[in-house]
Parts: sequence; C-alpha cells; structure tokens
Amino acid sequence: MGRYPAGSPGWRDKVTGQANYGADFSLPGMITGRVLRSPHAHARIVSIDTTEAGKLAGVRAVVTAADFPDLPSEVVAGGESPVNYRYISCNAIARDKVLYEGHAVAAVAAISAGVAEQALKLIRVEYEVLPHVIDVRDAMRDDAPLLHDNLYTEGVDPKPTKPSNIAKRTEFLLGDPAAGFAESEIILERSYTTQPVHQGYIEPHACVASVAADGMTTVWSSSQGQFMVREFCAKLLKIADSDIRVLPAEIGGGFGGKTTVYLEPLAIALSRKSGRPVKMVMSREEVFKASGPTSGGVLQVKLGARRDGTLVAAECELAYQAGAFPGSPAIPGCMTAFACYDIPNARTVGYDVVSNRPKCAAYRAPGAPMAAFAVESALDELALELGMDPVELRLKNAAKEGTRALYGPKMPVIGFVETLEAARAHAHYNTPLKANQGRGIASGFWFNIGGQSSAAVHINEDGTAEVVTGNPDIGGSRASMAIMAAEVLGIDYAKVKPLIGDTASVGYCFLTGGSRVTFATGKAVVEAANDVVQQLRARAAKIWKCEVDEVIWKDGVAHPAQGQTDTRTQLSLAEIAASAARTGGPISGKASLNVGGAGPGFGTHLCDVEVDPETGRVTVLRYTVIQDVGRAIHPGYVEGQMQGGAAQGIGWALNEEYVYDDQGRLQNSGFLDYRMPVASDLPMIDAVLVEVPNPAHPFGVRGVGEVPIVPPLAAVANAVARASGVRVNDLPISPPRLLAALMK
Amino acid sequence: MATVLLQPEFARRNTAGQRLVEVDADTCQALIERMDERFPGFADAIATGVAVAIDGQIYPDPLQQDLRPDSEVCFLPALEGG
Repeated sequence: MGRYPAGSPGWRDKVTGQANYGADFSLPGMITGRVLRSPHAHARIVSIDTTEAGKLAGVRAVVTAADFPDLPSEVVAGGESPVNYRYISCNAIARDKVLYEGHAVAAVAAISAGVAEQALKLIRVEYEVLPHVIDVRDAMRDDAPLLHDNLYTEGVDPKPTKPSNIAKRTEFLLGDPAAGFAESEIILERSYTTQPVHQGYIEPHACVASVAADGMTTVWSSSQGQFMVREFCAKLLKIADSDIRVLPAEIGGGFGGKTTVYLEPLAIALSRKSGRPVKMVMSREEVFKASGPTSGGVLQVKLGARRDGTLVAAECELAYQAGAFPGSPAIPGCMTAFACYDIPNARTVGYDVVSNRPKCAAYRAPGAPMAAFAVESALDELALELGMDPVELRLKNAAKEGTRALYGPKMPVIGFVETLEAARAHAHYNTPLKANQGRGIASGFWFNIGGQSSAAVHINEDGTAEVVTGNPDIGGSRASMAIMAAEVLGIDYAKVKPLIGDTASVGYCFLTGGSRVTFATGKAVVEAANDVVQQLRARAAKIWKCEVDEVIWKDGVAHPAQGQTDTRTQLSLAEIAASAARTGGPISGKASLNVGGAGPGFGTHLCDVEVDPETGRVTVLRYTVIQDVGRAIHPGYVEGQMQGGAAQGIGWALNEEYVYDDQGRLQNSGFLDYRMPVASDLPMIDAVLVEVPNPAHPFGVRGVGEVPIVPPLAAVANAVARASGVRVNDLPISPPRLLAALMK
Repeated sequence: MATVLLQPEFARRNTAGQRLVEVDADTCQALIERMDERFPGFADAIATGVAVAIDGQIYPDPLQQDLRPDSEVCFLPALEGG
C-alpha cells in the first residue's frame, strides 16, 4: 500500500492502560451481578428457591431460567449461519438440567460484589445428580449417559428411534476412495487425539447492561460483534432489535471465543428487574469453567499413494466434542482436512458429539487444526516411509488454482505452492541440526469468509476523514480500514481516523471472525471511500462549472481531466471540504455489502525442537511461519497474526489440556495450571509474507488471522518425532507423555 | 447449461441421490428455481445454512450472481470462523 504506520489507532491507550475494556465501564447507580454455577457435571434441577437471597439487604434482583422465555428447539437463520437459540439460552442459564460444572443456574444483582456473593450462598438448589460423560469416545457409546433426551443423530438413514449424544453425522466424498486405495502402492493408517483447548484471551467476559424505564436497553460489552450481541440478546429475551443498542468496548482478545453471549442476557434480565444498570465480569475460573474452548477430537486418517509420492486416495473420520450442546466444528474439520492437496479420491466423515463440558466456541479456524494435525502427521510418516523430502511430497500433491476441493468447488487463485517453495528456499530449512534436535514441517488451509459489512466515510471541514465500521478491532483492523480509505482518498493515513460504531450508528456488520474484516469490511470501506471521491469530483465540477467527467481525482487532489487546457487550478480535498457548505453540504460516503469471493489462505510452518531425553521436555528452538497473505495492508499486524496463531498452536501441541476429576469437575481452571506458552517459552517467530493477491478484492486482500493456527500442531509433533525417534499421536506432547513414550 | 455439484448426503435428501445436475439458467436465482421445479423442496433446503460456490468463488448471498453457460455451482455448508 506504500505507506503504513508502525502502530495502530488505540495502541497507545492499550499499552498505557488507558483503553476502556468491558470491565472498565461504569454508570451512575450501577450495581454488580454475580452468577451461581453448578457444582455438578450433570444433574437435574429439582427446585431453585431464591427467597432468602432476595430478602438479603442490598440485593436488587435475582433471576433464574424462569425469567427467560422458554424458546423452542429449532434451527433458524441467524447472522450468517443457522442458530438454535434454545441452546444459547440454556447455555446462558440452565433450564431443567445442568450439563457441566460451572453451568449458570441463577444470577444476582446487588449493591456490591460482596453482597451479591453472599446472596448466591442463600440460593437453595436441589439437584438430582446424574451420571456424566467427559470423553468423546465414551459419549458415543450406546450405554453413555444421555445429555439430551430429544437429541437424535442427524445425517443417518433411517432416522434413529433412540436419542444419542451424537448430534450429527456429516460426510464429504470425492471420486472413489475404495478404487483409489486399491491402486495405491503404499497405504498408511493412523489414529490421533487432540484435547479441547481454550482461546486464552487475557480479558475475561464483561458487560454492563442498562434497561431504561421505557424498556430501551443499552449494553456495553467486550465481544467480537456488537450486532451479534444485539441479535442474540433480542432473541433470548424476546426484545425487538430496535430496542437494544450495543456499544462495543475495546476487546482484550477473542480468537473466536467471544462470538456468542454468556453474561449479556443475564445482565439485561437483572437490570430489567432491578431498574438499575448492572455490571457483570467473569473471573478467570468462570472463563475456564463456563465459556467455550474449542473441541477436542478423535481422528483416524488413511492415506494411499504411489511409490513416487502421488496421493491417490485419502480418508479421515473425526469425532469432535461439542460440549454440552450440539455445534462442534466437525463440518469445517471434514472440509479442511485434505484441502491442501490434490487428491482425486477422498472421503471425510465427521461426528458432532455432546458431553458434559462447557459448550465449545469458535477458536481460530474452527475444526481445522485438529484435522491438519492428523493429516499432516500422517503425511510426515508417509514421507519417511517413501524416503522423500516432506516439502517435496507436499509440492508433488499441492492444491493449485483449478484443483477440486473435497467439499465441492475448484480452488480459485491460491498461493499454497508459493509457501512451500518459500519454505524450501528458506535458510531455516537448510540449517543443520544437532543431537536430540528435529525439524518438523506442516501446512494448513482456511477458507476465509466474506459476508455482510457496512462502512461510512465522513469528510471533516478541515479535510480530514473519519471511517466508521461495525467490527470490533481484535487484530489491528482499524489501522487497515484507515490505510485503505487513505489510499482511495489519496490523503495521508494520519488524516484518517477509524472508529467502531455501535449498533445504532453504523449499518449491520457480521461479527469479527472468519478472517473477514480486512477483506469484507475493507471492501465496504473502499466502496464508501470511492463514493466520497465521486462526490469530491462532483463538487470540483460545480466549482469549475464543468462536467464531472472533466475532473479526475489523483493523490488527494482534483485535477482537470487530461486534454483540458483551461486555467483551472487544482483543488485539494481540504479545499473542497472547506467549501462544502456552498457546494451542496456535508460530504459523506457509505456502503453496505454482502461480500463474496474471499480468497482461501494457506500456510506452511517450519519448527525446530530439542527434546530432553531425561525429562521429556520439548524446547522450541526456531519457528518460521510462511503464509500466503494475499496483499498485506498493514504488514506489521499481519506478522502479528501469524506469530500469535503459531504461539497458540504450539501451546495446543505441547501443553494445553483440561484436567477433570472423576466427578467431572475441572481441576486446572487458571493460567498457573492450564499452561499456555508465554514469551519466555518461545523463540522469536519468523514471519514470511508470501503475496498472491486475491483478485476478488480491490487491493488483493485475503484473510490472515486463522490459517496460522492450523499447521503448528503437526509441525511441532513432526519435529518431536524426528528429534526423538518417537511419534506421539495424542496431544498434548507434555513432558510426562513424551517421557512415557521414550521409556517404552 | 450450468452444472450443479452436490455432496452425497445433501443429494440423498434433496435430489433423489443425483450429485450432478445440468440446469439451463443464467442467474443463480433462476438455477435455484429450476432445481426446485425438478426437486420440490430444494429451495427450502438451501435457504438456511448453505453457501454457494460459483466457479470456485464462495458467495454468502449468491442470488444475484450471473452464471456463464458452463458455470459450475456447488452448494456447501455456510462457513464461519473464529
């Protein structure tokens, strides 16, 4: 883009502690909400008595599921994809049954946190404790405890007559896998498991809700989408969308985990009942016990190839834990598993399985990292068996423009081959290793999405501009919006101020997720800025008393069109803005789009590790992320996305897991015991930006935020296998697990 | 004639198992109408939670998209992300 700033709008506030996050907001008369949570993994709620809590001095409101509409269980359109609002409602506050330890049962609002917590202790809940099930394989058994009496497996014929914990079976098929395996010269079959892992955002869920006397509801919250919060709360509480206004707070990390609501509907119900603004903030323990991690999975992979390395058949069966309610990312797991490769015969089968854990939520490239762990690990073994270089094996089979994906369409313009070639040429790949060290390589794919976005560009009287969009900035998107607007307007980036509007001040924007904002909302910004440019040309034409076609816009200045030889002077944006009142009034552009054509993203990662054979500890020595980013609007933030995704994936590979006791209670609900990597655990992660522009975006943008978490699980596992000679197919490869494997 | 490609599970439920269907249509909306005439209920089946890929590009709202005579149209699950 030619020019970009080192920082971003808002960075100074963040690093100096001035930024206002969800928990920082306060209102006069505000009171505090707290949640009573289930101590049981699975139990029927026999009764709830809130009488004594309600009588406690200082308590202003108590709510239970009885204060929420009893919504039907039906899948309806919501945002960009189907939603079952009953599940979201019953997850926010339990109705009839608690389905995991930490499931919300009641909520209290009081004049202080101390009074609210005292009131929680006065709520009497009678439970009938039920057998529970945590592990996905156990949950799939015929004799497993059933979470939902009315859940019948979708996607199987004939329709089941007995309920099950398997919510759905999904299948994707390309060609004839049986014939492909029959012609294969080498067949490799392996099983893998991954654990549910939390997104680990630093900022806990937090909100303030205020319901006015006329019913008008205002919510300030930290989320990945103010319009999502409005939509979900409106449906859960049966309020008109127009009666809820949601203002986005600064967000301290989301990674997919803030694409749903937990506290907001409770805070609204408490405010409605008390007549006071209510603030609710989760503790870290609540974040772990009651907000969604991504799914753990059980996967089987089968690869068939010729001796020259050509893949001719592939199959993958995966079962993903959804947590307490259906909705694991089994479908995208199936769709992404083999998307990096041109395999003529392939099948994936996925199972969406409920168990007594918190309902899973999205996490960067939902479903893809687990599938890639299995496929990329198996490919590494295949390369070893064939005696091939692992990059060459991938290059031989790499998807290119025109390759048919297992899920249907042919690939558009993509840059996977370019990432592999960059990996092969990188100094990292050619650096010698020492004893107990190994190098792993793995690749990954994510679709990236578009969707509905709106933007407005307002020109101020002094020639500066404001860009208003409706997507919370979780990865530097404000900077990208300003850069793109500045590029179109032809003015300096410093003169453009990006703002994130609330639900009443900007047109609808689907949430910040799917790596869509710089692509889709960015496209809306470009259109809105082009709208402004057209208006600026028209104003210049008015001043010059000529036709608009006789005015061109270049570098922030109106010029007479080429061939015009009169004496008109040039007009800068600032000059046109200053005279706007005399030429037609304020200058503002806007655009609302439903954007298609998101360019798929591919990445290839290189990882060097050293294994301590005495302790099983793995040290990551060097890590390089190579990714097709389309066109990097703000290269610094793109690198940050790549490094962050890799760091999270390394934690997923090496340490992160939920530890449950035999009663289904989580034992490690804090960062001391739930081990995410910190800066001192990792080397500087090198980021290599490969730019294969997406032709469906005016600046060539592809989403970049999700691809980088897809390859690390296998990149690390492959490096460990090559360093130690022992392959661990069950994550995490924690010291005790690796040591046990080394001792065998 | 545009070519419609369907996954087996979807085809089993909505197009009597036909995974490849030729349709004479110049817009995606017309294609869906033709498909619904041949396979009643098809339009309802794709109304929620389905995205459409036309010649390799995925569109969340494809109705207004034009088709070429040799266009390839795939119906696939709607995509989200983290």
